[in-house]
Amino acid sequence: MAKHVTQAPVLVMDRVTGTVWRLRAGWDGPVRAGQFFMLRGWQGKDPLLARPVSVHDWGAGWVDFLFEVRGEGTRLLSALRPGDTLELTGALGNGFDADLPAGTKVALVGGGIGVAPLLGAARALRAAGCAVTLFVGFRDEPYVLESFEALGCGVQLATDSGRFGHKGFVTDLLNPTEFDRVLVCGPEVMMEKVARACLAAKVPVFVSRESHMACGIGACLGCTCHTKNGPKSTCKDGPVFPGEVLYE
Amino acid sequence: MSKADIRVNLCGVELKNPVITASGTFGYGQEYTDFMDVSALGGICSKGVTYVPKYGNEGRRLAETPAGLINSIGLQNPGVQHFIDHELPAMLKLGPAVLANLGGASIEDYEAGAALLDATEVPLIELNISCPNVKAGGIAYGVKCESAREVVRRVRAATRKPLIVKLSPQAEDLAAMARTCQEAGADGVSLVNTFTALAIDIERRKPVFNNLYAGLSGPAIKPIALRMVHQVCRAVQIPVVGLGGITSAADAIEFIMAGATAIQVGTANFLRPGIAAEIAAGIQTWCDDHGVKDLNKIRGCV
Ligand SMILES: Cc1cc2nc3c(=O)[nH]c(=O)nc-3n(C[C@H](O)[C@H](O)[C@H](O)COP(=O)(O)OP(=O)(O)OC[C@H]3O[C@@H](n4cnc5c(N)ncnc54)[C@H](O)[C@@H]3O)c2cc1C
Ligand SMILES: Cc1cc2nc3c(=O)[nH]c(=O)nc-3n(C[C@H](O)[C@H](O)[C@H](O)COP(=O)(O)O)c2cc1C
Ligand code: FES
Repeated sequence: MAKHVTQAPVLVMDRVTGTVWRLRAGWDGPVRAGQFFMLRGWQGKDPLLARPVSVHDWGAGWVDFLFEVRGEGTRLLSALRPGDTLELTGALGNGFDADLPAGTKVALVGGGIGVAPLLGAARALRAAGCAVTLFVGFRDEPYVLESFEALGCGVQLATDSGRFGHKGFVTDLLNPTEFDRVLVCGPEVMMEKVARACLAAKVPVFVSRESHMACGIGACLGCTCHTKNGPKSTCKDGPVFPGEVLYE
Repeated sequence: MSKADIRVNLCGVELKNPVITASGTFGYGQEYTDFMDVSALGGICSKGVTYVPKYGNEGRRLAETPAGLINSIGLQNPGVQHFIDHELPAMLKLGPAVLANLGGASIEDYEAGAALLDATEVPLIELNISCPNVKAGGIAYGVKCESAREVVRRVRAATRKPLIVKLSPQAEDLAAMARTCQEAGADGVSLVNTFTALAIDIERRKPVFNNLYAGLSGPAIKPIALRMVHQVCRAVQIPVVGLGGITSAADAIEFIMAGATAIQVGTANFLRPGIAAEIAAGIQTWCDDHGVKDLNKIRGCV
């Protein structure tokens, strides 16, 4: 079965840094990089809604999520331990297009926890023979860089604190003209800045949007955004949109 | 032992069970087919459609509260004609009875929309005079009896389809409002729509929603919604569709015991797609287990 709801076992739970966790859950269905699941890791009606979390990585029989604790829902997810179950609805959304010719030069641009969906993209792109460079910015301590390095990706790092890598914005490091394609996920201001720079340089850019969500499947219209092609649901028509439909 | 009969007759339309998915929480039905057997439902209600297409509200549209959801969608829809041409045909094929939820910014809008729907195969129209999220129309007709009387009367004249008027919990006098709708020609009433609510972002010192107020739904409103349904059931002779915070078969049976002919499941669809079908199955099981041969026997027992 493709998209469905399942009670998935928690297989592995790692604390990656202070507030960032990696959760591996059992999952057999098809997945694409850039898709997401609705996660519910608690009983009862509070929190009422499941939480959207991107696919970080996947393999035979499992899917990984990388998430940052922000409120009650993610706090409850971080309290899960191997042997617990969580409810997964997915895989949802369109995902990144990784079906590119070998040798294509792709830049992945991430801000903070926005790096999460880029690992799956890196894996799919490397498998297709693309040259992949990650540009990533963190407030202070970086995480999951080694996962990208293990795939043979170049890594360019920036931090606000300057303790690691370039002190400043990751956007300072990126020259879009050196790439055939750019994928970006992070804070809205960063995504807009990257997308506009790419559009100006005529380099195709794909943006993974975030929005508050209730259903995750295109039914509630709570995650609608304006696009060049009219109103679209972030959850169903996205979360990945070509930069030109959002920002032109 | 033979199975209990849980079919209900809603304004002349037979539903295989009393569970209908509520407007705005089930899209046009198609969105859920990957996750559940939609044909297991008694009915499905469309997103609110208006004669003139609407983008809906700008800015943030959703905020969660303890066991509740506040929404400010603002009736985003492609317009009644687009609905009829593109969404309705597939919706009718899903199996359950279809309710077209009709909104409007003016009486003329409502009339024009109803006239278009009248020429379709849709078996039921739910007239939404209770949306708190649009500036014009919507709830403006759902607070005072006199304005409701006028819309219902005019829409009644525009269609022969069974007409269910969806009431707002913000109505000044809910029992009087329901009676007014009955007198103006409604074949049934449904309630409740969302409760007008407010959320404030204290860091920005601004309301969370651009539209200021928005609509609260979900388990948090259930006890009040149930009381309102009980009052309305005692005020009118036409069928009442009960909703507000239903997440289980037990909740649904409470509304039926309060007098509701059928019930709707709204926000609960966001807990897990498929929950409405689980509720329908749960009602069947409860009746079978309790020796209730016909669901109609327990209706209004409280
Ligand atoms: C498609 C998609 C993919 C996502 N992928 C990831 C991921 O891989 N890893 C990860 O850590 N997070 C991801 N998120 C964000 C994650 O869903 C939220 O952080 C989470 O829902 C917060 O829930 P909470 O109960 O912990 O916090 P809440 O108490 O619900 O919220 C904490 C704060 O964050 C804000 N917030 C909550 N949800 C959102 C949202 N969706 N958009 C913008 N602001 C929000 C709230 O307004 C509040 O200020 C994703 C979101 C979307 C829409
Ligand atoms: C996201 C959302 C969208 C809604 N859209 C509509 C609508 O278009 N028309 C309408 O009559 N009611 C709409 N409603 C109200 C619901 O149909 C229902 O009356 C209300 O949510 C209470 O039921 P519940 O607590 O089971 O959700 C909407 C509710 C939600 C949560
Ligand atoms: S979250 Fe419901 S439509 Fe996107």
